[in-house]
Amino acid sequence: MNGYYNIGSRLDKNSLDDFKLGFRQGIPVMMGYIPVSFTFGLLAVQGGLDIWMAVLISMTNLTSAGQFAGMNLIVSNASLTEISAAMFVINIRYMLMSLSLSQKLAPMLSIFKRSAIAFGITDEIFAIASLEKRVITFPYMMGLILTPYWGWAFGTLLGAVSTSLLPPLLQNSMGIALYAMFIALLVPAAKHSKAALIVIAIAVIISSIFKWMPVLNHVSGGWAIIISTIFASAAGAVLFPREDENIE
Amino acid sequence: MSEVLKAVIVMAVITYAIRLVPIALFTSKIKSKFVKSFLFYTPFAVLGAMTFPGILYSTGNIYFSMAGTLAAIITAYCERGLFKVAVSAVSVAAILGYIF
Repeated sequence: MNGYYNIGSRLDKNSLDDFKLGFRQGIPVMMGYIPVSFTFGLLAVQGGLDIWMAVLISMTNLTSAGQFAGMNLIVSNASLTEISAAMFVINIRYMLMSLSLSQKLAPMLSIFKRSAIAFGITDEIFAIASLEKRVITFPYMMGLILTPYWGWAFGTLLGAVSTSLLPPLLQNSMGIALYAMFIALLVPAAKHSKAALIVIAIAVIISSIFKWMPVLNHVSGGWAIIISTIFASAAGAVLFPREDENIE
Repeated sequence: MSEVLKAVIVMAVITYAIRLVPIALFTSKIKSKFVKSFLFYTPFAVLGAMTFPGILYSTGNIYFSMAGTLAAIITAYCERGLFKVAVSAVSVAAILGYIF
């Protein structure tokens, strides 16, 4: 996965250097989060939530797909049970990411520090951290999480207050921002690694089957993602087993 | 407490618990080559499954979404970073929506 992220990929023993490295890698994530959280703030207020409630959701959840789904359920007066179940299914992928990241952390890291890192596990932050070549430290993760977190909150606020200002056409088009960000992470990986390309292709094919195949299209989106992820990752592990811890 | 606030707290607690449990519990290294490889491929698989076909339904018009997707793939192939890729996709979808 060489060149997956062009920013310097070396962790230093020095805490400040680690923090700075994480901070630098976090900036593009923050930039990508602004249009997406902006869209979230916009849709939440359009749906009838207060501005501060939209910002509170972003600051306590820090998750794209989960927040959009949860917000839609709140707006349509769903029960707490339904909201809980939906959150669990949509966000269960974080369990795999958290498990994966636990393998890259220094084993001596305290439970407090692990708890702080856990809060910041998003698709993009995880993708960057997991492609880092060396053991992941606490200062590195804090640097990496910092600007995306505040960018996510700030973007939500901007979107929430500008609901009445933006033309509806642009409001519709903003919906693609979240997915474009995923593409920005996937395409360079697929370009540099045949294994990644094939795993991505398998995941896309299975999730498309769940969307368009009769009978199977009754499976909820959250479960479809989980099943696709498990199949595609297992296929990758069988077809292209990893020889060692290196990312290369 | 308002119903909305209750729902937000429930969302936050569940989302955090999912993230916390594995990283807090697994402090030792996993030995299995299969499990290690599986976990390595997880981010690619999950992002792939989430992106497609979801992206086609993201703008309310499937053709504008396809054009936006293509724009995102091209910019991403040139490794332009998250922000530029997001902006290019939104712009293409918005411009097409404006024309047609």
